[in-house]
Amino acid sequence: MKEKVIICKQLTKKFGDFTAVDNISFEVEAGEIFGFLGANGAGKTTAMRILCGLSRPSSGEAQVAGFDVYKNTGSIKKHIGYMSQKFSLYENLTVAENIRFFGGIYGVSAREIRDRSAELISKLGLEKESDKLVGSIPLGWKQKLAFSVAIFHQPKLVFLDEPTGGVDPITRRQFWDMISEAAANGITVFVTTHYMDEAEYCNRISVMVDGKVQALDSPANLKKQYDAKDMDDVFYQLARRAKRPAE
Amino acid sequence: MSVIKVKDLIKTYEKGSVVALDKISFEVNKGELFGIIGPDGAGKTTLFRLLTTLLLPDSGEASVEGFNIYKDQTVIRSRVGYMPGKFSLYQDLTVEENLKFFATLFGTTIEENYAIIRDIYDQIKPFSQRRAGKLSGGMKQKLALCCALIHNPQLLFLDEPTTGVDVVSRREFWQMLHQLKSKGITILVSTPYMDEAVRCERIALLQAGKIMKIDSPANIVSAFPDMLYAIATNADGYRILQDTRNSGLVSSAYAFGESIHITLKANNPDSLPELRDLLTTRGHANLEIREIHPSIEDSFMRLMKDTDKIPATQNQQQ
Repeated sequence: MKEKVIICKQLTKKFGDFTAVDNISFEVEAGEIFGFLGANGAGKTTAMRILCGLSRPSSGEAQVAGFDVYKNTGSIKKHIGYMSQKFSLYENLTVAENIRFFGGIYGVSAREIRDRSAELISKLGLEKESDKLVGSIPLGWKQKLAFSVAIFHQPKLVFLDEPTGGVDPITRRQFWDMISEAAANGITVFVTTHYMDEAEYCNRISVMVDGKVQALDSPANLKKQYDAKDMDDVFYQLARRAKRPAE
Repeated sequence: MSVIKVKDLIKTYEKGSVVALDKISFEVNKGELFGIIGPDGAGKTTLFRLLTTLLLPDSGEASVEGFNIYKDQTVIRSRVGYMPGKFSLYQDLTVEENLKFFATLFGTTIEENYAIIRDIYDQIKPFSQRRAGKLSGGMKQKLALCCALIHNPQLLFLDEPTTGVDVVSRREFWQMLHQLKSKGITILVSTPYMDEAVRCERIALLQAGKIMKIDSPANIVSAFPDMLYAIATNADGYRILQDTRNSGLVSSAYAFGESIHITLKANNPDSLPELRDLLTTRGHANLEIREIHPSIEDSFMRLMKDTDKIPATQNQQQ
Protein backbone atom coordinates (compact mmCIF):
# COMPACT_ATOMS: atom_id res chain seq x y z
CA MET A 1 0.00 0.00 0.00
CA LYS A 2 1.21 3.45 -0.89
CA GLU A 3 2.11 5.94 1.78
CA LYS A 4 -0.62 8.43 2.65
CA VAL A 5 0.62 11.99 2.58
CA ILE A 6 -2.65 13.55 3.66
CA ILE A 7 -5.15 11.86 5.93
CA CYS A 8 -8.32 13.77 6.80
CA LYS A 9 -11.00 12.37 9.07
CA GLN A 10 -14.22 14.26 9.76
CA LEU A 11 -12.37 17.52 9.59
CA THR A 12 -14.56 20.47 10.54
CA LYS A 13 -13.99 24.19 10.90
CA LYS A 14 -16.58 26.54 12.31
CA PHE A 15 -16.51 30.31 12.44
CA GLY A 16 -19.19 31.17 15.02
CA ASP A 17 -22.31 29.42 13.82
CA PHE A 18 -21.01 29.13 10.25
CA THR A 19 -19.53 25.74 9.31
CA ALA A 20 -16.97 26.54 6.63
CA VAL A 21 -15.61 23.00 6.42
CA ASP A 22 -18.19 20.39 7.28
CA ASN A 23 -16.98 16.97 8.30
CA ILE A 24 -14.70 16.18 5.37
CA SER A 25 -12.71 12.96 5.04
CA PHE A 26 -10.25 11.97 2.36
CA GLU A 27 -6.75 10.62 1.82
CA VAL A 28 -4.05 11.58 -0.66
CA GLU A 29 -1.34 9.08 -1.65
CA ALA A 30 2.32 9.80 -2.25
CA GLY A 31 3.04 10.90 -5.81
CA GLU A 32 -0.58 11.65 -6.57
CA ILE A 33 -1.84 14.79 -8.32
CA PHE A 34 -4.92 15.62 -6.31
CA GLY A 35 -7.29 18.26 -7.64
CA PHE A 36 -9.20 20.15 -4.98
CA LEU A 37 -12.15 21.82 -6.63
CA GLY A 38 -15.13 23.77 -5.42
CA ALA A 39 -17.23 26.80 -6.16
CA ASN A 40 -16.33 30.18 -4.63
CA GLY A 41 -17.06 29.98 -0.93
CA ALA A 42 -17.37 26.19 -0.83
CA GLY A 43 -14.69 26.01 1.87
CA LYS A 44 -11.60 25.16 -0.20
CA THR A 45 -9.38 27.91 1.14
CA THR A 46 -10.30 27.19 4.75
CA ALA A 47 -9.57 23.47 4.29
CA MET A 48 -6.29 24.23 2.59
CA ARG A 49 -5.24 26.60 5.36
CA ILE A 50 -5.81 23.85 7.91
CA LEU A 51 -3.77 21.37 5.89
CA CYS A 52 -0.92 23.88 5.60
CA GLY A 53 -0.86 24.30 9.37
CA LEU A 54 -2.16 27.87 9.25
CA SER A 55 -5.53 27.34 10.85
CA ARG A 56 -6.69 25.08 13.67
CA PRO A 57 -9.67 22.87 12.93
CA SER A 58 -12.71 22.92 15.23
CA SER A 59 -12.91 19.13 15.28
CA GLY A 60 -11.86 16.03 13.40
CA GLU A 61 -8.38 14.76 12.62
CA ALA A 62 -5.81 15.38 9.95
CA GLN A 63 -2.22 14.42 9.28
CA VAL A 64 -0.10 16.08 6.64
CA ALA A 65 3.24 14.53 5.69
CA GLY A 66 2.88 12.46 8.85
CA PHE A 67 2.35 15.45 11.15
CA ASP A 68 -0.70 16.35 13.15
CA VAL A 69 -2.55 19.56 12.23
CA TYR A 70 -3.20 20.37 15.90
CA LYS A 71 0.18 19.65 17.40
CA ASN A 72 2.85 19.78 14.71
CA THR A 73 2.01 22.78 12.56
CA GLY A 74 5.66 23.88 12.60
CA SER A 75 6.79 20.55 11.15
CA ILE A 76 4.03 20.63 8.55
CA LYS A 77 5.22 24.00 7.28
CA LYS A 78 8.77 22.70 6.98
CA HIS A 79 7.77 19.63 5.02
CA ILE A 80 5.44 21.15 2.47
CA GLY A 81 5.81 23.57 -0.41
CA TYR A 82 3.23 26.23 -1.16
CA MET A 83 2.52 28.51 -4.05
CA SER A 84 -0.45 30.60 -5.08
CA GLN A 85 -1.24 32.98 -7.85
CA LYS A 86 -1.24 35.87 -5.40
CA PHE A 87 1.77 35.21 -3.25
CA SER A 88 4.75 33.72 -4.92
CA LEU A 89 8.09 35.46 -4.99
CA TYR A 90 9.65 38.76 -3.95
CA GLU A 91 9.38 41.05 -6.92
CA ASN A 92 12.22 43.29 -5.81
CA LEU A 93 14.70 40.48 -5.39
CA THR A 94 16.42 38.93 -8.39
CA VAL A 95 15.72 35.44 -9.68
CA ALA A 96 18.87 34.08 -8.02
CA GLU A 97 18.19 35.94 -4.76
CA ASN A 98 14.68 34.52 -4.53
CA ILE A 99 15.98 30.99 -4.89
CA ARG A 100 18.66 31.62 -2.26
CA PHE A 101 16.18 33.29 0.09
CA PHE A 102 13.52 30.60 -0.03
CA GLY A 103 16.08 27.80 -0.07
CA GLY A 104 17.61 29.32 3.06
CA ILE A 105 14.25 29.69 4.81
CA TYR A 106 13.53 26.03 4.24
CA GLY A 107 16.92 25.04 5.62
CA VAL A 108 18.67 23.96 2.44
CA SER A 109 22.44 24.22 2.97
CA ALA A 110 24.35 27.08 1.34
CA ARG A 111 26.40 24.66 -0.76
CA GLU A 112 23.34 22.84 -1.98
CA ILE A 113 21.58 26.10 -2.80
CA ARG A 114 24.57 27.18 -4.85
CA ASP A 115 24.83 23.93 -6.79
CA ARG A 116 21.16 23.37 -7.34
CA SER A 117 20.16 26.95 -8.12
CA ALA A 118 22.55 27.02 -11.08
CA GLU A 119 21.03 23.77 -12.25
CA LEU A 120 17.49 25.09 -11.79
CA ILE A 121 18.18 28.38 -13.58
CA SER A 122 19.60 26.56 -16.56
CA LYS A 123 16.74 24.07 -16.59
CA LEU A 124 14.25 26.94 -16.68
CA GLY A 125 16.27 28.67 -19.39
CA LEU A 126 16.63 31.74 -17.18
CA GLU A 127 20.43 32.15 -17.42
CA LYS A 128 20.13 35.66 -18.83
CA GLU A 129 17.51 36.64 -16.29
CA SER A 130 19.19 35.29 -13.19
CA ASP A 131 20.30 38.76 -12.06
CA LYS A 132 17.09 40.50 -13.08
CA LEU A 133 14.42 41.49 -10.60
CA VAL A 134 11.58 39.01 -10.51
CA GLY A 135 9.15 41.92 -10.95
CA SER A 136 10.53 42.51 -14.42
CA ILE A 137 10.14 39.02 -15.88
CA PRO A 138 6.93 37.87 -17.65
CA LEU A 139 4.15 36.36 -15.56
CA GLY A 140 4.53 32.94 -17.17
CA TRP A 141 8.18 32.67 -16.16
CA LYS A 142 7.40 34.00 -12.73
CA GLN A 143 4.87 31.24 -12.12
CA LYS A 144 7.23 28.53 -13.36
CA LEU A 145 10.01 29.93 -11.19
CA ALA A 146 7.64 30.19 -8.21
CA PHE A 147 6.74 26.53 -8.59
CA SER A 148 10.39 25.48 -8.81
CA VAL A 149 11.15 27.53 -5.71
CA ALA A 150 8.19 25.98 -3.87
CA ILE A 151 9.69 22.50 -4.39
CA PHE A 152 13.34 23.51 -4.11
CA HIS A 153 13.61 21.98 -0.63
CA GLN A 154 12.21 18.72 -2.07
CA PRO A 155 9.09 18.56 0.06
CA LYS A 156 6.89 15.49 0.17
CA LEU A 157 3.92 17.56 -0.75
CA VAL A 158 3.25 20.84 -2.51
CA PHE A 159 0.08 22.93 -2.29
CA LEU A 160 -0.76 24.93 -5.40
CA ASP A 161 -3.60 27.43 -5.06
CA GLU A 162 -4.80 28.44 -8.53
CA PRO A 163 -1.25 28.44 -9.88
CA THR A 164 -2.25 29.12 -13.50
CA GLY A 165 -4.88 31.84 -13.11
CA GLY A 166 -4.62 34.33 -15.97
CA VAL A 167 -1.56 32.62 -17.47
CA ASP A 168 -1.42 32.26 -21.28
CA PRO A 169 -2.46 28.89 -22.73
CA ILE A 170 1.02 27.74 -23.76
CA THR A 171 2.60 28.61 -20.41
CA ARG A 172 -0.34 27.03 -18.62
CA ARG A 173 0.51 23.74 -20.31
CA GLN A 174 4.22 24.06 -19.65
CA PHE A 175 3.32 24.60 -16.04
CA TRP A 176 1.35 21.37 -15.99
CA ASP A 177 4.31 19.57 -17.58
CA MET A 178 6.33 20.70 -14.57
CA ILE A 179 3.62 19.49 -12.20
CA SER A 180 3.52 16.09 -13.90
CA GLU A 181 7.30 15.85 -13.78
CA ALA A 182 7.36 16.69 -10.07
CA ALA A 183 4.69 14.06 -9.42
CA ALA A 184 6.65 11.50 -11.45
CA ASN A 185 9.59 12.28 -9.14
CA GLY A 186 7.46 11.42 -6.13
CA ILE A 187 6.26 14.83 -4.99
CA THR A 188 2.58 14.80 -4.11
CA VAL A 189 0.66 17.67 -5.65
CA PHE A 190 -2.45 19.20 -4.10
CA VAL A 191 -3.86 21.73 -6.53
CA THR A 192 -6.86 24.02 -7.00
CA THR A 193 -7.90 25.47 -10.32
CA HIS A 194 -10.75 27.20 -12.11
CA TYR A 195 -9.75 25.64 -15.44
CA MET A 196 -11.73 22.46 -15.81
CA ASP A 197 -9.47 21.07 -18.54
CA GLU A 198 -6.72 21.07 -15.90
CA ALA A 199 -8.88 18.95 -13.64
CA GLU A 200 -8.39 16.18 -16.23
CA TYR A 201 -4.64 16.14 -15.53
CA CYS A 202 -5.23 15.12 -11.93
CA ASN A 203 -5.21 11.51 -10.79
CA ARG A 204 -8.14 12.18 -8.53
CA ILE A 205 -10.49 15.09 -7.96
CA SER A 206 -12.55 16.17 -5.02
CA VAL A 207 -15.37 18.66 -5.45
CA MET A 208 -16.48 20.67 -2.43
CA VAL A 209 -19.98 22.08 -2.19
CA ASP A 210 -21.24 23.96 0.88
CA GLY A 211 -18.34 22.82 3.05
CA LYS A 212 -18.67 19.13 2.20
CA VAL A 213 -16.77 16.91 -0.19
CA GLN A 214 -19.59 16.00 -2.57
CA ALA A 215 -17.61 13.96 -5.05
CA LEU A 216 -14.24 12.26 -4.99
CA ASP A 217 -12.85 10.04 -7.71
CA SER A 218 -10.73 9.96 -10.85
CA PRO A 219 -11.88 12.33 -13.62
CA ALA A 220 -12.91 9.35 -15.78
CA ASN A 221 -15.07 7.85 -13.05
CA LEU A 222 -16.65 11.19 -12.19
CA LYS A 223 -17.62 11.76 -15.78
CA LYS A 224 -19.16 8.30 -15.90
CA GLN A 225 -20.97 8.77 -12.62
CA TYR A 226 -22.50 12.12 -13.65
CA ASP A 227 -23.01 11.14 -17.27
CA ALA A 228 -21.02 14.23 -18.21
CA LYS A 229 -19.05 14.97 -21.37
CA ASP A 230 -16.28 16.74 -19.50
CA MET A 231 -15.20 17.93 -16.05
CA ASP A 232 -16.77 21.32 -16.65
CA ASP A 233 -20.12 19.58 -16.85
CA VAL A 234 -19.44 17.48 -13.72
CA PHE A 235 -18.48 20.60 -11.82
CA TYR A 236 -21.49 22.52 -13.05
CA GLN A 237 -23.89 19.76 -12.02
CA LEU A 238 -22.38 19.64 -8.53
CA ALA A 239 -21.84 23.35 -7.89
CA ARG A 240 -25.30 24.28 -9.12
CA ARG A 241 -26.72 22.47 -6.11
CA ALA A 242 -24.91 24.79 -3.70
CA LYS A 243 -27.34 26.34 -1.26
CA ARG A 244 -25.28 28.67 0.81
CA PRO A 245 -24.15 32.05 -0.47
CA ALA A 246 -20.44 32.06 -1.10
CA GLU A 247 -17.90 33.52 1.38
CA MET B 1 -21.68 52.40 -37.29
CA SER B 2 -18.65 52.12 -35.06
CA VAL B 3 -19.10 53.11 -31.44
CA ILE B 4 -15.47 52.49 -30.61
CA LYS B 5 -12.69 53.35 -33.02
CA VAL B 6 -9.09 52.65 -32.16
CA LYS B 7 -6.20 53.39 -34.47
CA ASP B 8 -2.50 52.72 -33.91
CA LEU B 9 -2.85 53.08 -30.18
CA ILE B 10 0.41 52.87 -28.24
CA LYS B 11 0.84 52.94 -24.48
CA THR B 12 4.10 52.40 -22.66
CA TYR B 13 5.07 52.51 -18.99
CA GLU B 14 8.37 53.04 -17.19
CA LYS B 15 9.59 55.70 -19.64
CA GLY B 16 8.91 53.54 -22.63
CA SER B 17 10.68 50.43 -21.43
CA VAL B 18 7.46 48.47 -20.92
CA VAL B 19 5.20 48.38 -23.96
CA ALA B 20 1.67 47.65 -22.78
CA LEU B 21 -0.11 48.26 -26.08
CA ASP B 22 1.85 48.08 -29.28
CA LYS B 23 0.04 50.01 -32.01
CA ILE B 24 -3.34 48.35 -31.91
CA SER B 25 -6.32 49.13 -34.10
CA PHE B 26 -9.91 47.85 -34.07
CA GLU B 27 -13.50 49.02 -34.27
CA VAL B 28 -16.59 47.93 -32.41
CA ASN B 29 -20.01 48.22 -34.07
CA LYS B 30 -23.11 49.52 -32.41
CA GLY B 31 -24.93 46.82 -30.49
CA GLU B 32 -22.04 44.39 -30.76
CA LEU B 33 -20.74 42.07 -28.03
CA PHE B 34 -17.01 42.34 -28.63
CA GLY B 35 -14.44 40.36 -26.64
CA ILE B 36 -10.82 41.12 -25.89
CA ILE B 37 -9.27 37.72 -25.25
CA GLY B 38 -5.83 37.44 -23.72
CA PRO B 39 -3.83 36.32 -20.69
CA ASP B 40 -2.64 38.54 -17.82
CA GLY B 41 -0.17 41.10 -19.02
CA ALA B 42 -1.52 41.13 -22.59
CA GLY B 43 -2.66 44.76 -22.21
CA LYS B 44 -6.39 44.31 -21.62
CA THR B 45 -6.72 46.59 -18.60
CA THR B 46 -4.55 49.28 -20.17
CA LEU B 47 -6.84 49.29 -23.18
CA PHE B 48 -9.93 49.67 -20.99
CA ARG B 49 -8.34 52.50 -19.02
CA LEU B 50 -7.45 54.34 -22.20
CA LEU B 51 -10.94 54.01 -23.63
CA THR B 52 -12.58 55.12 -20.39
CA THR B 53 -10.16 58.12 -20.30
CA LEU B 54 -8.44 57.09 -17.07
CA LEU B 55 -5.09 57.02 -18.86
CA LEU B 56 -3.69 58.85 -21.84
CA PRO B 57 -1.97 56.95 -24.64
CA ASP B 58 1.56 57.73 -25.87
CA SER B 59 0.24 58.05 -29.41
CA GLY B 60 -2.52 56.91 -31.70
CA GLU B 61 -6.17 57.80 -31.91
CA ALA B 62 -9.33 56.55 -30.32
CA SER B 63 -12.91 57.66 -30.12
CA VAL B 64 -15.81 56.41 -28.02
CA GLU B 65 -19.33 57.12 -29.28
CA GLY B 66 -17.72 59.68 -31.53
CA PHE B 67 -15.92 61.48 -28.72
CA ASN B 68 -12.17 61.87 -28.64
CA ILE B 69 -10.32 60.24 -25.74
CA TYR B 70 -7.81 63.12 -25.54
CA LYS B 71 -10.31 65.98 -25.55
CA ASP B 72 -13.72 64.79 -24.53
CA GLN B 73 -12.97 63.01 -21.30
CA THR B 74 -15.88 64.25 -19.21
CA VAL B 75 -18.40 63.51 -21.95
CA ILE B 76 -17.09 59.97 -22.39
CA ARG B 77 -17.10 59.32 -18.65
CA SER B 78 -20.71 60.43 -18.30
CA ARG B 79 -21.89 58.26 -21.17
CA VAL B 80 -20.24 54.88 -20.70
CA GLY B 81 -20.60 52.21 -18.04
CA TYR B 82 -17.34 50.76 -16.72
CA MET B 83 -16.78 47.75 -14.53
CA PRO B 84 -13.09 47.53 -13.61
CA GLY B 85 -11.39 44.19 -13.14
CA LYS B 86 -10.71 44.88 -9.50
CA PHE B 87 -13.82 45.15 -7.31
CA SER B 88 -14.08 48.89 -6.81
CA LEU B 89 -17.31 49.50 -4.95
CA TYR B 90 -17.43 50.76 -1.37
CA GLN B 91 -17.04 47.66 0.79
CA ASP B 92 -18.53 49.33 3.86
CA LEU B 93 -21.63 50.66 2.11
CA THR B 94 -24.59 48.32 1.66
CA VAL B 95 -25.69 46.98 -1.68
CA GLU B 96 -28.44 49.56 -1.90
CA GLU B 97 -26.21 52.44 -0.74
CA ASN B 98 -23.63 51.64 -3.41
CA LEU B 99 -26.26 51.63 -6.10
CA LYS B 100 -27.77 54.88 -4.85
CA PHE B 101 -24.33 56.46 -4.69
CA PHE B 102 -23.59 55.66 -8.33
CA ALA B 103 -27.03 56.82 -9.44
CA THR B 104 -26.48 60.15 -7.66
CA LEU B 105 -23.02 60.59 -9.20
CA PHE B 106 -24.56 60.34 -12.63
CA GLY B 107 -27.45 62.66 -11.76
CA THR B 108 -30.14 60.02 -11.78
CA THR B 109 -32.09 57.80 -9.38
CA ILE B 110 -32.50 54.07 -8.94
CA GLU B 111 -36.21 54.43 -9.70
CA GLU B 112 -35.68 56.24 -12.97
CA ASN B 113 -33.58 53.47 -14.50
CA TYR B 114 -34.80 50.50 -12.54
CA ALA B 115 -36.10 48.76 -15.65
CA ILE B 116 -32.54 48.41 -16.98
CA ILE B 117 -31.13 46.67 -13.94
CA ARG B 118 -34.24 44.83 -12.73
CA ASP B 119 -33.33 41.36 -14.00
CA ILE B 120 -29.89 41.52 -12.42
CA TYR B 121 -30.78 43.47 -9.29
CA ASP B 122 -33.62 41.12 -8.39
CA GLN B 123 -31.00 38.42 -7.82
CA ILE B 124 -29.18 40.44 -5.16
CA LYS B 125 -32.17 42.30 -3.75
CA PRO B 126 -32.54 39.90 -0.80
CA PHE B 127 -29.11 41.18 0.30
CA SER B 128 -29.77 44.89 -0.34
CA GLN B 129 -28.96 45.77 3.29
CA ARG B 130 -25.74 43.73 3.35
CA ARG B 131 -22.40 45.50 3.11
CA ALA B 132 -20.78 45.06 -0.29
CA GLY B 133 -17.62 43.71 1.33
CA LYS B 134 -19.61 40.80 2.76
CA LEU B 135 -20.95 39.60 -0.58
CA SER B 136 -19.79 36.51 -2.45
CA GLY B 137 -17.75 36.87 -5.63
CA GLY B 138 -20.75 36.21 -7.84
CA MET B 139 -22.95 38.70 -6.01
CA LYS B 140 -20.25 41.40 -5.99
CA GLN B 141 -20.02 40.98 -9.70
CA LYS B 142 -23.77 41.45 -10.14
CA LEU B 143 -23.77 44.55 -7.94
CA ALA B 144 -20.85 46.03 -9.87
CA LEU B 145 -22.73 45.44 -13.10
CA CYS B 146 -25.83 47.17 -11.71
CA CYS B 147 -23.73 50.16 -10.64
CA ALA B 148 -22.17 50.34 -14.10
CA LEU B 149 -25.65 50.30 -15.67
CA ILE B 150 -27.59 52.60 -13.37
CA HIS B 151 -27.18 55.70 -15.57
CA ASN B 152 -28.51 53.83 -18.60
CA PRO B 153 -25.33 53.82 -20.72
CA GLN B 154 -25.45 52.61 -24.31
CA LEU B 155 -21.91 51.31 -24.11
CA LEU B 156 -20.47 49.03 -21.43
CA PHE B 157 -16.81 48.35 -20.65
CA LEU B 158 -16.37 45.17 -18.63
CA ASP B 159 -12.79 44.38 -17.70
CA GLU B 160 -12.43 40.70 -16.78
CA PRO B 161 -15.83 40.40 -15.12
CA THR B 162 -15.53 36.62 -14.75
CA THR B 163 -11.95 36.24 -13.50
CA GLY B 164 -11.74 34.17 -10.34
CA VAL B 165 -15.46 33.44 -10.48
CA ASP B 166 -16.61 29.83 -10.52
CA VAL B 167 -18.16 28.05 -13.48
CA VAL B 168 -21.76 28.45 -12.33
CA SER B 169 -21.52 32.22 -11.79
CA ARG B 170 -19.59 32.61 -15.04
CA ARG B 171 -22.38 31.02 -17.05
CA GLU B 172 -24.98 33.19 -15.33
CA PHE B 173 -22.95 36.28 -16.05
CA TRP B 174 -22.75 35.57 -19.77
CA GLN B 175 -26.50 35.04 -19.85
CA MET B 176 -26.90 38.52 -18.32
CA LEU B 177 -24.61 40.01 -20.96
CA HIS B 178 -26.70 38.50 -23.72
CA GLN B 179 -29.82 39.99 -22.19
CA LEU B 180 -28.17 43.41 -22.11
CA LYS B 181 -27.07 43.01 -25.68
CA SER B 182 -30.65 42.24 -26.70
CA LYS B 183 -31.58 45.66 -25.29
CA GLY B 184 -29.22 47.25 -27.79
CA ILE B 185 -26.31 47.96 -25.45
CA THR B 186 -22.84 47.70 -26.99
CA ILE B 187 -20.49 45.67 -24.83
CA LEU B 188 -16.70 45.51 -24.82
CA VAL B 189 -15.66 42.71 -22.49
CA SER B 190 -12.28 41.19 -21.71
CA THR B 191 -11.46 37.73 -20.42
CA PRO B 192 -8.48 35.44 -19.97
CA TYR B 193 -10.76 32.39 -20.38
CA MET B 194 -10.51 31.19 -23.97
CA ASP B 195 -13.72 29.16 -23.68
CA GLU B 196 -15.66 32.38 -23.16
CA ALA B 197 -14.57 33.74 -26.53
CA VAL B 198 -17.31 31.83 -28.35
CA ARG B 199 -19.93 33.79 -26.45
CA CYS B 200 -18.88 37.00 -28.22
CA GLU B 201 -19.86 38.06 -31.73
CA ARG B 202 -16.37 39.19 -32.59
CA ILE B 203 -13.15 38.94 -30.68
CA ALA B 204 -9.67 40.37 -30.72
CA LEU B 205 -6.92 37.98 -29.58
CA LEU B 206 -4.47 40.06 -27.58
CA GLN B 207 -1.01 38.85 -26.63
CA ALA B 208 1.95 40.88 -25.38
CA GLY B 209 0.34 44.19 -26.36
CA LYS B 210 -0.45 43.13 -29.92
CA ILE B 211 -3.69 42.07 -31.53
CA MET B 212 -2.93 38.77 -33.22
CA LYS B 213 -6.32 38.50 -34.91
CA ILE B 214 -9.79 40.10 -35.05
CA ASP B 215 -12.77 38.18 -36.35
CA SER B 216 -15.80 36.16 -35.31
CA PRO B 217 -14.89 33.10 -33.23
CA ALA B 218 -16.17 30.84 -36.02
CA ASN B 219 -13.95 32.50 -38.62
CA ILE B 220 -10.93 32.40 -36.34
CA VAL B 221 -11.13 28.67 -35.78
CA SER B 222 -11.90 27.94 -39.43
CA ALA B 223 -8.72 29.82 -40.39
CA PHE B 224 -6.63 27.30 -38.43
CA PRO B 225 -4.09 26.33 -41.08
CA ASP B 226 -3.41 22.65 -40.39
CA MET B 227 -5.32 19.47 -39.77
CA LEU B 228 -5.77 19.01 -36.06
CA TYR B 229 -6.01 15.63 -34.36
CA ALA B 230 -6.92 14.57 -30.86
CA ILE B 231 -5.31 11.59 -29.17
CA ALA B 232 -7.51 10.34 -26.35
CA THR B 233 -5.48 9.68 -23.22
CA ASN B 234 -6.62 7.77 -20.24
CA ALA B 235 -4.75 7.91 -17.00
CA ASP B 236 -1.35 8.24 -18.64
CA GLY B 237 -1.61 11.61 -20.39
CA TYR B 238 1.78 12.95 -19.38
CA ARG B 239 3.72 9.95 -20.75
CA ILE B 240 1.76 9.89 -24.01
CA LEU B 241 2.39 13.60 -24.39
CA GLN B 242 6.15 13.11 -23.88
CA ASP B 243 6.27 10.19 -26.30
CA THR B 244 4.27 12.11 -28.90
CA ARG B 245 6.56 15.11 -28.69
CA ASN B 246 9.63 12.93 -28.90
CA SER B 247 8.29 11.05 -31.93
CA GLY B 248 9.71 13.60 -34.36
CA LEU B 249 6.45 13.40 -36.32
CA VAL B 250 4.47 16.26 -34.82
CA SER B 251 4.91 20.00 -35.14
CA SER B 252 2.81 20.71 -32.07
CA ALA B 253 1.42 18.64 -29.22
CA TYR B 254 -0.55 20.16 -26.37
CA ALA B 255 -2.54 18.63 -23.56
CA PHE B 256 -6.24 19.47 -23.72
CA GLY B 257 -7.95 17.92 -20.76
CA GLU B 258 -8.34 14.23 -21.43
CA SER B 259 -6.80 14.39 -24.89
CA ILE B 260 -3.72 15.68 -26.66
CA HIS B 261 -4.13 17.95 -29.66
CA ILE B 262 -1.49 17.54 -32.34
CA THR B 263 -0.59 18.88 -35.74
CA LEU B 264 1.69 16.80 -37.93
CA LYS B 265 4.96 17.90 -39.46
CA ALA B 266 4.37 19.37 -42.92
CA ASN B 267 0.68 18.82 -42.19
CA ASN B 268 1.17 15.34 -43.65
CA PRO B 269 -1.68 12.94 -42.74
CA ASP B 270 0.38 9.96 -43.96
CA SER B 271 2.52 10.11 -40.85
CA LEU B 272 -0.47 9.44 -38.62
CA PRO B 273 -0.25 5.60 -38.87
CA GLU B 274 3.48 5.89 -38.19
CA LEU B 275 2.78 7.89 -35.04
CA ARG B 276 0.22 5.35 -33.93
CA ASP B 277 2.71 2.47 -34.44
CA LEU B 278 5.42 4.33 -32.61
CA LEU B 279 3.15 5.06 -29.66
CA THR B 280 2.02 1.43 -29.64
CA THR B 281 5.62 0.22 -29.38
CA ARG B 282 5.95 2.61 -26.44
CA GLY B 283 3.17 0.74 -24.69
CA HIS B 284 0.20 2.92 -25.54
CA ALA B 285 -2.08 0.36 -27.15
CA ASN B 286 -5.43 0.97 -28.85
CA LEU B 287 -5.09 4.72 -28.94
CA GLU B 288 -8.06 6.59 -30.31
CA ILE B 289 -6.85 9.28 -32.70
CA ARG B 290 -9.33 11.38 -34.66
CA GLU B 291 -9.47 14.59 -36.62
CA ILE B 292 -11.12 17.43 -34.74
CA HIS B 293 -12.20 21.04 -35.19
CA PRO B 294 -9.91 23.48 -33.43
CA SER B 295 -11.09 25.59 -30.50
CA ILE B 296 -10.25 29.24 -29.88
CA GLU B 297 -7.54 28.04 -27.51
CA ASP B 298 -5.95 25.96 -30.29
CA SER B 299 -6.05 29.01 -32.55
CA PHE B 300 -4.67 31.28 -29.84
CA MET B 301 -1.69 29.02 -29.21
CA ARG B 302 -1.07 28.62 -32.91
CA LEU B 303 -1.04 32.37 -33.38
CA MET B 304 1.26 32.76 -30.38
CA LYS B 305 3.70 30.36 -31.98
CA ASP B 306 3.51 32.23 -35.28
CA THR B 307 4.21 35.55 -33.57
CA ASP B 308 7.85 35.91 -32.66
CA LYS B 309 7.35 37.72 -29.39
CA ILE B 310 6.56 34.83 -27.13
CA PRO B 311 8.51 34.53 -23.94
CA ALA B 312 6.46 31.45 -23.12
CA THR B 313 7.86 29.01 -25.64
CA GLN B 314 11.54 29.43 -24.91
CA ASN B 315 11.80 26.52 -22.58
CA GLN B 316 9.28 24.28 -24.20
CA GLN B 317 11.33 21.14 -23.84
CA GLN B 318 14.39 20.24 -21.87
